[in-house]
Amino acid sequence: MDKMPRWADVFLIPLISLLLAAGLSALVILAIGENPWAAVKMMVSGALGSTYGWGYTLYYTTNFIFTGLAVAVAYHARLFNIGGEGQAMLGGLGVALACLYLPLPHWLLALPVAAIGAALFGAAWALIPAYLQAKRGSHIVITTIMFNFIAAGLLNYLLVNLLRPVGSMDPATDKFPEGTHLPTLHDLLAPIGIEFSKAAPANVTFVVALLACLAVWLLLWRTRLGYEIRAFGHSEPAAVYAGINPVKITMIAMLISGGLAGLMAVNNVMGEAERLVLNAVEGAGFIGIAVALMGRNHPFGVLIAALLFGFLYQGGAELALWTSIPRELIVVIQALVILFTGALDHMVRMPLERIFLSLRKGA
Amino acid sequence: MDFLTLIQILDSTIRLATPLLLACLAGLYSERAGVFDIGLEGKMLAAAFLSAAVAYVTGSVWLGLLAGIGASMLLALVHGLASITFRGNQLISGVAINFLAAGLTVLVAQSWFQQGGRTPSLMGGARFEPITLPFADALSGVPFLGPIYGDLVSGHSVLVYMAFALVPITWWILFRTRFGLRLRAVGENPAAVDTAGVSVTRLRYAAVLICGVLCGVAGAYLATGLQAGFVKDMTAGRGFIALAALIFAKWRPWNALWACLLFGLLQAVALRYQNLDLGGIVIPVQVMDVLPYILTVIFLAGFVGKAIPPRAGGEPYVKER
Amino acid sequence: MAAPDAAKAPAIELRGISKSFGPVQANKDISIRVMPGTIHGIIGENGAGKSTLMSILYGFYKADSGEVFINGTKTNITDSQAAIAAGIGMVFQHFKLVPNFTVLENVILGAEDGALLRPSLAKARKELTALAKEYELNVDPDSVVEDLSVGHQQRVEILKALYRRAEILILDEPTGVLTPAEADHLFRILENLRREGKTIILITHKLREIMEITDTVSVMRRGEMTATVKTAETSPEHLAELMVGRKVLLRVDKVPAAPGAQILEVENLQVVDSSGVQRLKGIDLDIRAGEILGIAGVAGNGQSELLEVLGGMREAKGSIRLNGQPLPLSGAGADASARRQLGIAHVPEDRHREGLILDFHAWENVAFGYHRDEKYQRGLFMDNDALRQDTQAKMAKFDVRPPDCWLSAKSFSGGNQQKIVVAREIERNPDLLLIGQPTRGVDIGAIEFIHEQIIALRDQGKAILLVSVELDEIFALSDRIAVMFDGQIMGFRDPATTDEKELGLMMAGITDTRDPVSQEASQHG
Repeated sequence: MDKMPRWADVFLIPLISLLLAAGLSALVILAIGENPWAAVKMMVSGALGSTYGWGYTLYYTTNFIFTGLAVAVAYHARLFNIGGEGQAMLGGLGVALACLYLPLPHWLLALPVAAIGAALFGAAWALIPAYLQAKRGSHIVITTIMFNFIAAGLLNYLLVNLLRPVGSMDPATDKFPEGTHLPTLHDLLAPIGIEFSKAAPANVTFVVALLACLAVWLLLWRTRLGYEIRAFGHSEPAAVYAGINPVKITMIAMLISGGLAGLMAVNNVMGEAERLVLNAVEGAGFIGIAVALMGRNHPFGVLIAALLFGFLYQGGAELALWTSIPRELIVVIQALVILFTGALDHMVRMPLERIFLSLRKGA
Repeated sequence: MDFLTLIQILDSTIRLATPLLLACLAGLYSERAGVFDIGLEGKMLAAAFLSAAVAYVTGSVWLGLLAGIGASMLLALVHGLASITFRGNQLISGVAINFLAAGLTVLVAQSWFQQGGRTPSLMGGARFEPITLPFADALSGVPFLGPIYGDLVSGHSVLVYMAFALVPITWWILFRTRFGLRLRAVGENPAAVDTAGVSVTRLRYAAVLICGVLCGVAGAYLATGLQAGFVKDMTAGRGFIALAALIFAKWRPWNALWACLLFGLLQAVALRYQNLDLGGIVIPVQVMDVLPYILTVIFLAGFVGKAIPPRAGGEPYVKER
Repeated sequence: MAAPDAAKAPAIELRGISKSFGPVQANKDISIRVMPGTIHGIIGENGAGKSTLMSILYGFYKADSGEVFINGTKTNITDSQAAIAAGIGMVFQHFKLVPNFTVLENVILGAEDGALLRPSLAKARKELTALAKEYELNVDPDSVVEDLSVGHQQRVEILKALYRRAEILILDEPTGVLTPAEADHLFRILENLRREGKTIILITHKLREIMEITDTVSVMRRGEMTATVKTAETSPEHLAELMVGRKVLLRVDKVPAAPGAQILEVENLQVVDSSGVQRLKGIDLDIRAGEILGIAGVAGNGQSELLEVLGGMREAKGSIRLNGQPLPLSGAGADASARRQLGIAHVPEDRHREGLILDFHAWENVAFGYHRDEKYQRGLFMDNDALRQDTQAKMAKFDVRPPDCWLSAKSFSGGNQQKIVVAREIERNPDLLLIGQPTRGVDIGAIEFIHEQIIALRDQGKAILLVSVELDEIFALSDRIAVMFDGQIMGFRDPATTDEKELGLMMAGITDTRDPVSQEASQHG
C-alpha cells in the first residue's frame, strides 16, 4: 500500500524542500547583513516585473529545461548523468561549427541544422561514458565528471589554438553570420501586437524547449522505448527477462540525455552570444540536476522547476547588480535545493508519511 | 632537461601532490566504510576559505587550520546526515555539498572582506612556512645528494610531511587495528557488522568525519601553505583528481601515494611548460591538464586492471525484514 | 549446582510478544517456553511471522509489547549487542559474513579483544581449533570466506556465535541452501551442541526436519502461535494441518499424462558465468507435449541458469530445439523477446527481481515482455487502453484481488502478484512454459489455484518445465523428474517409483541409488 497520496509525493514534498531551501537561504542573506524580504522583492521585480526581466528569466529557463530534461531522461534509466555541463559545452561546439562553416541563409534553416549539430555533439560526448557503463560497468557518475573536465580542456584547446580568429586575443570564435540570427521573443511577438523587450535574449529556442518537454513526456510514457527505459531503470534483471537489451537501453538513454543537454547550446551559443566563448555553459549543466530533482524527473515538473530557477538566476543577477549580495547566492540556493530534494528526501518524507498514516487511521 | 630543473619539477610535484594525497586518503576512509564521497572538492574549498579567513584575522595559521578542519567537518556531517541517517543518495549529497561550498565561500568572503570573493593575502605567521630539515644546509655542497636532500626532501611545510606520514599510518589503521577491520567490514557488508553487535551508523559517521578532518587539512594547505590566501574556486577540480586517484589506487593507501604523485607530476609539468616538446611531438598544456581524467577513464574502462569499489559502497544500510 | 527452581527455568521464555509493521500485524500475542538443552522447532508458512519473532529476539526489531526472559531473568533486548550479551547467537538465512575477509577475521569481527588485531586473531585461532574438535565444525581459519562452499560458510556463522559464548542458538531456515548430505552434517553438529547443553531454536518450513531433530515444536500461522507440542507426540499431517488451519491435500488431483510430440530437445547445454565458473556442464533433456518435467535440486546447482538460458536471459553453448527447429544460443536472436515470439513463456523464479516491475501499474506489468506485441501498439505509441482492457480481463479470469489495474504491482500480496505473472504467461497459450518456484512466498489458496492452472495447461497438450526446490511440489506436479546437481542432470525418475530419499541422494551428487531402500513405500506426502 502506498504510504501517502500521490499529490503529496508530487507536490507537497518538493514544495516543503523548496521552502526549507528558501528559509536557509534567507538566513544566509540575514547573516551577511542584508534584508531577505527586500531581496525577494528585488528578485521578483527584477525577474518578473518587466518584459526585460521576463526575457532573461525565460532565456535561463530555456537552458535549464534542456539540462533538466537531460538529467531526467537518464534518471529514468537509473543513470545519474552529471555530465550535462560537458555535453552542453560540446553542443556549443556543434552549433558553432554548423553556423560558421555551413551555408545557412535563414534562421528557419539554421535552427534545425544547428539543433542537429548541437544534439549530435552533445550525444557524442555522452557516448563514451554510456558505452563504458553499458559494456564495462564503469560508474557513469565518475566518468561523466571526468568528461566534464576533459570537455573543458578540449574546448579550451580548440578555442585558443584553432577556432580563434587571427589577430584576436579573445579565446572565442568569430561572430556567426547574420543568417543564423535567431528571432527573439520581441521579433516573434511584435507581429501579433505584443510589446516585448528588445534587449532580452529569450528567443525562439524557448518554444523548442517547450516542445522538447512534450516530446520527452510522450517518449517516456507513451512509446515502447520509454516503457523499456523505465522498466530497465526499475530493475535490470527484469529488463533482461523481458527481452530488453541493457546495453542498448543504456546507450540510447544516455545518447538522448546528451543530445538534450547539447541542445541547450542553440539557446545560449546561437540565440544569445552568437559566437562560441569559453565557459559558455556557466554551470547550467549542473543546475539541470537541481531542476530534475525538484521536478521529480517529470518533463512538466522540469518545466516548472526550470522556470523557478530561471527566475532565481535572473533575480540573483539583479541582486548582484544593486546590492552587495553576489550571484553565488544562486549557487547556494541551488545546492540547498539539490540537498533537500535529492539527498535529504527522507528527512522531509518520513515525518510526512507518519502524518498521513495517522490521518488515515483517524479517518 | 638538466638535473636542477628535474629537482625543481619533482619539488613542485611534492607540493602539488600533497593536497591530492590528503583528499585522496580522506576519500579512502569514507569509501572504505561504504560512503561514496564526490564532495571532497567542496569540503576542501570550504576549508581553504575558512582557514585563510581565520588565519588572516587572527594571524595564526594553526587557528586557521583548526577553523578549516571545522568547516570541512561541518559539511562532512551534512553528508553523513544525508547518506547515513536519512539514507539518501550519496552522490547527490556530494554534488550538493560541492555547490554549497562553491556558493557560500564566495558569499561569505565577499561579505567579510569585500575583495570580490577572496581573502586578503596572508603573510608571516598566517602561512605555513617551509621547514628546513637537519643537515640540509650542511649537505648543500654535496653534489647530487645535496640538492636532493636540501631542495627535494627538506624545505616543505609541516603539512606536507604530515600528508606523507599519513600513508603508512592509514595502512596500519586499516589492516592492523580493530577500527580498521570494522571499517573495512562495514564497507563490504554492513549487515555483518550490525549482527555482530557493532553500530553501522557510528562506524560510518566516524569514517565520514575522518574524511572531513583530512579534507580540512587539504584545504587549509591549499590556502595557507601552497598559496597565500583564498581565491574563488581555488580547489580547481583537485577534489575530483583526488577521487580519480582513489579509483586509480583501488582504494589502497600505498597505491594512493603513487597515484597522487603521478597526478602531482602532471600538474607540475603543466605549470612549468605551456607546451611540452617531447622530441618533435608537442603536447599542449590542456592535454596535461586533462590527463588525470583521461587516465582515470581508461582505468575505469578496465583496460588496465579492474577497479572494484567496496561492495556496499553507495548503498545506505537498511536492516532487512 | 543451581537450585531446583532455577534448573526448571526455561532458557528462553517469551510472553505476549506483539509486533506490527504499519497496518500489518506480524506477531500477535506470542508466548513460548524453550527448555535448556533442547532443540525447539518453529514451523510455519512463508509470512507466518517466524523471522520477525526471531528478529525481535535478536534485537533487530523492538516488540510493540511483551516480555523476554532468558534463563528466568527478564531481559530487555534492545539491540544485537544486548542479544549477544544475553548469550543468544543467530545464524541467518542469508549469511552475514564479509566475503573478502578470512574466516578468522569474520569470527573476531565485533568480538575483538583490544584495539589491535594481532592478539585477537591468535586467540581466535586457538579457540577455533578447539571448537572444531568439539563439534565437528572444521573450517580452515585462513580461507577467504567467498571461496568457501555454502555449507562451510554456515559453519563460520555457527563458529561466530560459539566464539561469542552463545548458549542459545537460533537458526533461520538453515537447510534451504544445503544438500541433504550437508544438512545431515549440520544436524550432527546441532546434536553435538545439544549434548553440550546448548539450546537451539530451529526455524523451518520443512516438516521432515522438524520430525527428524527437534524435541518440541511450535506452529505459527498468520502471526499467531497456534500450538506447541512434543515432536514425539505429533505427526507431519497434524503439523501441516496446524500450519494451514485446515486439512491439506498434499497431492494435486490430475489424470495421467498423455505425452505427445517432442516439443523441447536440449543437448549438451553449457554455461560459463561472468566470473568464469561453469554453471551448466552439458545438460541433455527433452519434454513432450502434454508433459511436466520437474527439475529437483538444491538451490544453486544450475537450475536457475537452465531456466535463464531457455528463457533467453543468458547465452550458452550446445543445442536447443523447439518443435524441431534449432534456437540461436547467443547474439541477437537469443534474447527473451525472440524466445517469446517462438512460443516459450517464462514464469521466473523471482517475481520481484524479474517477473514484475514493482513500481509499475498492474496494467503495465501485464504486457511486460510482450510489450512489443502488435496488439499493444497504435502507430508510434503504445495502446494503453488495450493494455488496461487486457489487464482487467486477465485479473477477472485469474481472480486477482483487488481487481484494480491501476494499482502498482507492489501493492498486491505475494499470491496475487504471482497470479498476475502466471496469467500473463499462460494466457499467451505457449508451446512451452518455463516455470520456476511457482509458489514461493504464495499463500496456500493461491498455491492450489496456480497448481491447477499448470495442470490445466499440461492437459491442453503443452510442454512444461518446472523448477522447484520444494520436493513436495515436484512430486505433486511432475510427470517425470530430473535431478540437478553441480550443473549436471544426475538422472531422470518416475515420480510413481521414486521417493524423497532417492532424490535426496541424487541431489547430493550420488547417482547409484538403486538399493533396496528406494523400493520401500515412499514417505513423501
